[in-house]
Amino acid sequence: MQDRFTPPFSGELLAKYKKIRRELLAGDTPFLDKRVAILGGSTTHNVRQALDLFLLHHGIRCAFYESEYNQYWQDAMFPNPALEDFHPDIIYLHTSNRNIARYPLLSDSPEAVDAMLEEEYGRFEAMWDRLGETYACPVIQNNFEYPDWRLLGNRDASDVHGRVNFITRLNLRFARYAGTHKNFYLNDINYLSASFGLERWSDPFFWHMYKYALSLPAIPYLAQSVANIIKSLYGKNKKALALDLDNTLWGGVVGDDGPENLQVGQETPMGQVYSEFQSYLKAHKQLGVLLNVVSKNEPENALAGLSRPDMTITPDDLILLKANWEPKSQNLLDMSRELSLLPESFVFVDDNPAEREIVRQQVPGAAAPELGDRPEGFIRAIDRMGYFEVTELSADDAARTEMYRQNAARSRLESAFEDYGAYLRSLEMRGEIRPFAPLYYARIAQLTNKSNQFNLTTRRFTRAEIQAMAEDGRFVTLYGKLWDKFGDNGVVSVVIGERGEEGLDVRLWLMSCRVLKRDMEYAMMDCLVRRCRALGIRTIRGYYYPTAKNGMVRDFYAKQGFTRLSEAPDGSTVWRLETEGYEEKNHVIAVEPAEEEENRP
Amino acid sequence: MSKAEIFEKLNVIFRDVFDDEALTVTETTTAGDVDGWDSLTHITLLATVEDEFGIKFSMKAVQHLANVGELAELIAEGLQ
Repeated sequence: MQDRFTPPFSGELLAKYKKIRRELLAGDTPFLDKRVAILGGSTTHNVRQALDLFLLHHGIRCAFYESEYNQYWQDAMFPNPALEDFHPDIIYLHTSNRNIARYPLLSDSPEAVDAMLEEEYGRFEAMWDRLGETYACPVIQNNFEYPDWRLLGNRDASDVHGRVNFITRLNLRFARYAGTHKNFYLNDINYLSASFGLERWSDPFFWHMYKYALSLPAIPYLAQSVANIIKSLYGKNKKALALDLDNTLWGGVVGDDGPENLQVGQETPMGQVYSEFQSYLKAHKQLGVLLNVVSKNEPENALAGLSRPDMTITPDDLILLKANWEPKSQNLLDMSRELSLLPESFVFVDDNPAEREIVRQQVPGAAAPELGDRPEGFIRAIDRMGYFEVTELSADDAARTEMYRQNAARSRLESAFEDYGAYLRSLEMRGEIRPFAPLYYARIAQLTNKSNQFNLTTRRFTRAEIQAMAEDGRFVTLYGKLWDKFGDNGVVSVVIGERGEEGLDVRLWLMSCRVLKRDMEYAMMDCLVRRCRALGIRTIRGYYYPTAKNGMVRDFYAKQGFTRLSEAPDGSTVWRLETEGYEEKNHVIAVEPAEEEENRP
Repeated sequence: MSKAEIFEKLNVIFRDVFDDEALTVTETTTAGDVDGWDSLTHITLLATVEDEFGIKFSMKAVQHLANVGELAELIAEGLQ
């Protein structure tokens, strides 16, 4: 799901400004009302519009003041009744290197260049000082993007006469002011333009046509950045990370592969990717961001993975570790209660789009960033969002208001939690459940050798054995494929039954953990029973053989409506179901009828 | 892309930019005919046209556009 406010930004943010604005205003969450003055050194029209949208997206509804074209300095420096009456909550100074009045000439002495630098800088400093005294509100100031051309080539960076050198020194002076003054924040367009591409950022077409200091396609990136500073000032930063484990913090599934086989650490390129991602996440502890884990795993497996000696994030780094099989949305809501944080304070990091979807649907306001399907892109996918934009801590009053608001929102949530079935239906799942077919023999054999957790008997088969059973009339075989609106999950479940004197004995029943809690196991059972009835089989017997890893399916047959016949001292159990009177349990997966089913011997 | 197809796409763009679902432009439509078509929306319009058609205008070309017909002409050239 591509969200409008997730980069790369499309032109529609500018083209459909009014329409998008109406949509954002139509939401029923209350807005924070603020007043923003934009003092520009170039055209600000589309800058104001894009900033408006990004702030609404953060729940901040703004009135705007825009200076006349290039009047930023006059507006700031002289008595200005219009701006004074506006009573700005925020002043944003949108300037660029187009507003640098003078650059050094090669004939200038180093002292003359220093003086010129002080003069350029002094103009800005005088303005900031006056704005601070007059309006006593936060001031956001662009630093400078690099110049479009370099007279000295590479030497432009090292020589005091170079524009690159001059701009770099100016930017350092700006940074020093920011470091020593409260209520003053730099908007780093030097970084933004580099990240966007300086040539596309400083497209001269837009300057000469309408005096835009940056190209229109770059404006949403500028607006996102300014909006991040503003939402941070108003306490709307995220405060906690909720991290998935399997294929997010490491490659592989710890419950199936075992901790020793996970991809992490410095031994392989993929391992390095996951370790670097962990380092990135762990660095957030320095900001006071709370690290938590929410994983569909047995707790001991999750801990075994995190306890590997080469793991960057260790159990000690975590505040809460939720390893269970409950919906992740429920776990997140539990976490938010336990930590006394709003659900919207969480950033949920998970490689699985279906998990992100349930969190988006059921945890209002929580962020579930699109990570993409390349682990090497995970860091950028999170970092570019500015979830934890660092400004100052908000004043006590703001924090107190926020606390009351949080308490109210929390109790609202507890009563509004919707049912899990609605989520499952929203996934629009389709299944294909059929006897083994040659196309899938290899995948089926692979699953029998890989699956450890949702596996009742943990029997391993070769491809040849799979084929033999598929072609032998004594066996009833089923594979299950599952699609949802996010795509094809492939073959995820395998069942093998053997016909005997007393009915059908289920020799193998497994399912991939990636489709847990999707009701796929019920769809499989429905099909198995239907098939048994067609073959005149009246009884199905199920077997559970406990292993170190398959505790999660201990009660599988009980949930399926089987009756327990016996239990051995080692925990093995035998179960029975009469196919007559069986009631179908799957109501969320549309299963295509298998026409060849009736025709098989 | 035919002229008709260009105009079909242009109409969608105009409706978005000027926020008017009923708006239809023709060869002879000028800025004076469309509510809100000032110099500021003009640049949004040009940037959106570039984006949607995947073309890049030169300043020379867009400086003296008289009507939508000339804009469509320019798009057709850009697409070649």
